[in-house]
Amino acid sequence: MRLEIIPRGARSQVWTYASPLLAIALTLATTLIIFLLLGKEPLEALRVMWIDPLLTKRGFSELFVKAAPLIMIGVGLSLGFRANIWNIGAEGQYVMGAIFATGVALYFYDVESFPIWLLMIPAGILGGMFWGAIPALLKTRFNASEILTSLMLTYVAKLVLLYLVVGPWKDPDGYGFPQSRLLTSAASSPHLIPGTRIHVGVVAALIVVAIGWFLLSKSLLGFKLKVAGQAPRAAAYAGFSTKSLTWLSLLVGGGLAGLAGMFEIAGPIGQLTPALPTGYGFTAIIVAFLGRLHPVGVLFGGLVLALSYLGGEKAQIALGLPAAVTMINQGILLFYLLACDLLIRYRISLPTRKVA
Amino acid sequence: MDSVVFTSVVLSIISASTPLLLAATGELVTEKSGVLNLGVEGMMLVGAVVGFAVTLTTGNAFIGILAAALGGALMALIFSVLTLTLLANQVATGLALTIFGIGLAAMMGASFVGQPVGKLPALDLPYLTDLPLIGRILFGQDGLVYFSFIALGGTIWFLFHSHAGLVLRAVGDSHDAAHAIGYPVIAIRYGATLFGGAMSGLGGAYLSLSYTPMWAEDMTAGRGWIALALVVFATWRPLRLLLGAYLFGGITILQFHVQTLGLGIPAQMVSMLPYLATIVVLVVISTDRSKIRLNAPACLGRPFHVSG
Amino acid sequence: MALAGGIGSGGAPSAQPLLRLSGIVKQFPGCLANDHVDLSILPGEIHALLGENGAGKSTLVKIIYGVQKPDAGEIIWRGQAVDINSPSHARNLGIGMVFQHFSLFEALTVAENIALGINDKKLRKDLTARIVEVSEAYGLPLDPNRAVHDLSVGERQRIEIVRCLLQDPKLLIMDEPTSVLTPQEVEKLFATLRRLASEGCAILYISHKLDEIRALCEKATIMRLGRVVAECDPRQESARHLAELMIGASLKAPIHGRQADAGAATRLVVRNLSLTSDQQFGTDLKQVGFEVRAGEILGIGGIAGNGQNELMAALSGETLSAAADTITLDGVAAGKMGPDGRRASGGCFVPEERNGHGAVRDMTLAENALLSGYRRRGLVQIGVIDDSRTTSFAGEVIRGFDVRTTGPKAEARSLSGGNLQKFIVGREILQKPGVLVVAQPTWGVDAGAASAIHQALLDLAAQGAAVVIISQDLDEIMALADRIAVIAGGRLSPAIPVADATIETIGRLMGGGIESGLEAAHAP
Repeated sequence: MRLEIIPRGARSQVWTYASPLLAIALTLATTLIIFLLLGKEPLEALRVMWIDPLLTKRGFSELFVKAAPLIMIGVGLSLGFRANIWNIGAEGQYVMGAIFATGVALYFYDVESFPIWLLMIPAGILGGMFWGAIPALLKTRFNASEILTSLMLTYVAKLVLLYLVVGPWKDPDGYGFPQSRLLTSAASSPHLIPGTRIHVGVVAALIVVAIGWFLLSKSLLGFKLKVAGQAPRAAAYAGFSTKSLTWLSLLVGGGLAGLAGMFEIAGPIGQLTPALPTGYGFTAIIVAFLGRLHPVGVLFGGLVLALSYLGGEKAQIALGLPAAVTMINQGILLFYLLACDLLIRYRISLPTRKVA
Repeated sequence: MDSVVFTSVVLSIISASTPLLLAATGELVTEKSGVLNLGVEGMMLVGAVVGFAVTLTTGNAFIGILAAALGGALMALIFSVLTLTLLANQVATGLALTIFGIGLAAMMGASFVGQPVGKLPALDLPYLTDLPLIGRILFGQDGLVYFSFIALGGTIWFLFHSHAGLVLRAVGDSHDAAHAIGYPVIAIRYGATLFGGAMSGLGGAYLSLSYTPMWAEDMTAGRGWIALALVVFATWRPLRLLLGAYLFGGITILQFHVQTLGLGIPAQMVSMLPYLATIVVLVVISTDRSKIRLNAPACLGRPFHVSG
Repeated sequence: MALAGGIGSGGAPSAQPLLRLSGIVKQFPGCLANDHVDLSILPGEIHALLGENGAGKSTLVKIIYGVQKPDAGEIIWRGQAVDINSPSHARNLGIGMVFQHFSLFEALTVAENIALGINDKKLRKDLTARIVEVSEAYGLPLDPNRAVHDLSVGERQRIEIVRCLLQDPKLLIMDEPTSVLTPQEVEKLFATLRRLASEGCAILYISHKLDEIRALCEKATIMRLGRVVAECDPRQESARHLAELMIGASLKAPIHGRQADAGAATRLVVRNLSLTSDQQFGTDLKQVGFEVRAGEILGIGGIAGNGQNELMAALSGETLSAAADTITLDGVAAGKMGPDGRRASGGCFVPEERNGHGAVRDMTLAENALLSGYRRRGLVQIGVIDDSRTTSFAGEVIRGFDVRTTGPKAEARSLSGGNLQKFIVGREILQKPGVLVVAQPTWGVDAGAASAIHQALLDLAAQGAAVVIISQDLDEIMALADRIAVIAGGRLSPAIPVADATIETIGRLMGGGIESGLEAAHAP
């Protein structure tokens, strides 16, 4: 049986929303098979990974703590991806934001009366923007692919982080561990709900979603990004400058990744350590696609992927599955998502060729 | 410099360059057919772990290497089905392939971390290998090093001296025209992409079986991405790929030597060298837009669908 | 003349047809491209396939050449029913084809391009020598070792013809071969084709140019909306009758009753415009200069690829000039302004390509209205899109230009070519431009839409705008313009009044004879 792929006249509205759901369903089905192959009880494993994390108040709140950085980075990336600006170095921008924020926190280490974390916000954003500005400059000035430069800079950022925590910023009372001092309470973003780790960053992520939605749906800027991505020549014809859109995409993407890094430092992690880069910057790429490159979609995408992190941790403990299962799941989800998107523009049918 | 040091430096450069040359040669053929597969890093990792695991279990490095090529090709098959048959975006799919590959390799290799494996044997030749200075360099390498040169030479012959290679370049230059005169665009691209995957797999296997030799998570450390940059650096010409791969091999080795010199430069700063060099090289080559435009396959990254 | 259904009245009755098609049907989504088409071609015959854009000619020849498969119908080749399943199969049978948009590879050499179109390994041996041999024998000079991107359009066509001839074809299909040639080159091509036919090779000649068909072909099959509507001997028919068969209705010709006012203000001045093309194989502009007055239409003719795209980009602001005063819009030096600034100064533009340039296929008509209308129609306030004004502007265009669609929320891709073109032209005209530059305004558009667009352009000029039409269609320029200039090799000839232009002058200018044209213009 051969299937034929036939272009639709107009984009399918139904599949625009249904394709991510189908992709999630197919991913779950594939995960079941993987569990079977690994000799685990599949339904039990699914329950442990996808349902158990949501059953306690703490678990439920952790979902938002994990989702906040993914959503922030994801919104920034989706703006750029709309314009075909492939910033895949968000991980590095996230690290740089964390470094800048830590710098501020350490500089004001002795200040206790003033909420230092407020100063760390612009520092984090600036750090991420700085790291995003480099590929923007290299792209607009020298035509160098932002895909490769932003990714190379991620390795550089991680090395900068490593240098700082074993060198100048190493905790003097840290028994030689490669990490900075623990941030003071003045440099930590306040927790909002007692008994949970939900912090200001979670609210910030929601604000980012709202601003992102407004930019993309209501502003000329968002329109420019969409046109530049779908039809670069039409963008030139309309008078939308590709250069400034490239700058904008990388600065906003970098800034939001930096903000995410800052809130991780000022919140859940509490100090600069080599364990800071856990792949949020890459996972956010999946979040952006799962969310249809739409800020509100990214909100849901972030929650789903956050759940996959929590589930992965549970599976490690309860089922003895390797940590890598989370990444495999994420990769498979993105594969299915990209495949299902075919249904938006094409329909699949059995050939109906009449024989001459 | 005395000859022992010279020989050891050259040998280390060769072994740092070989994985890059293997992966980049494969990607060059893929890109010449008009397909941009950004998943090299993921395919190399899978090749590295498969090569390592199979060699360790069977005790036969040759089978291990074949399995690594197959593993890389299977990864490329996933990419091909998504982008060539299901018309998914090539950039996004390449990223997905890398994410998936990192996870898959980590899971498959979990039980192999820290285990030793015998380094690939050098194919010594009597007398020749014992020649002073150049003996070990030219005649004392393992099979994959020789293969990287054979593959490069074969690629040059195939692309520029065979009819099939002409067809492959034609498909990358204009898939519509190639389709109009009746060439199977999609099938040719499948072939080129699978070849690229197999070569990436071999590059990974070289890392885990000869360069280190052992398995560690994320052991490619960005080499897949550097291989992608090398293809741009070479402006899609195979011979310049050789230059590029050895230049980067040299930089990698330089980094170790700078560290031993004790200049007081922090080790992390020195480790940035290959990544910074990649950026510099990309900038230098890309600045001349006309050069990129004249040499890049015109259909690179563009999906092809038979319609109307 | 025989109407559709009665096949094969022309030619010698005893001869067996070389190719006979019966009942060919091909359905595309939303379009029946071929509806039970019958066609028969005799050996050595030059057979015209005549019809408008969209009549189904291209689909039919793609079926003959094995690029497309018919949904139903039968193909009889030299008395045998065949199922042509690929172009290489077609070539093995002895069918060669020269495409309208050449199937050439820019980055490869002439010899490599020809080798790609030859299946037989033996024929690929000594190819270079044979290319020289065949091209000289048929008066089609070619250098096998040059890269295609260095060649002119005429030379590129020769590659395709030589590629076919090397395989000794019985049937040669030519798809709109003259649309890219100068009148002089057309004559040479016809001589080659007549010689081929006299050697027994049949030629299927696809065109909508009636004069050429009447000069060259001995038989014509006329298609309309996917069906064969008539067969005839074109030498015996008047061009007018053929046109009526092709179009199916008589058209109101635009009334060109205006008298250009020599005293009117100059609205667009271009001086010394030189630009290096940023396209891979583009044409550089060399010291282009012209003026257009209020109420005047200037036509810029020329063969495709002679700098039209570069000129359009330079006028619209997509490419910036080195000096501001190279382009003056209503007195404003606009050479260094982008498209937005030029629109603010009164310029509006219709690029040649609708999909992805003049409009975004996957966006709604409202969004496409916003694309170029945001400035002059005030659709954006402090960075925020005014949805209701945008929608009502799109609606205004749809109503004013009779765009057949479901409304402003319809995606551009759901419109037919003609309707989308009406929308784009209407979007620009309703911005009340002082200067309008349009490229290929009716390319690939049905006759009804073309005539509506022509009328709209005439009306706009009548209201006092300066209009520039860049077109490869000489008939269109002659019908609309007051003056005509010709672009060749990136140079623009001086503009001459349409009334004084002859086919000979224009043909010479198109072929690059601008230097001599200049001398003529400067002669006392």
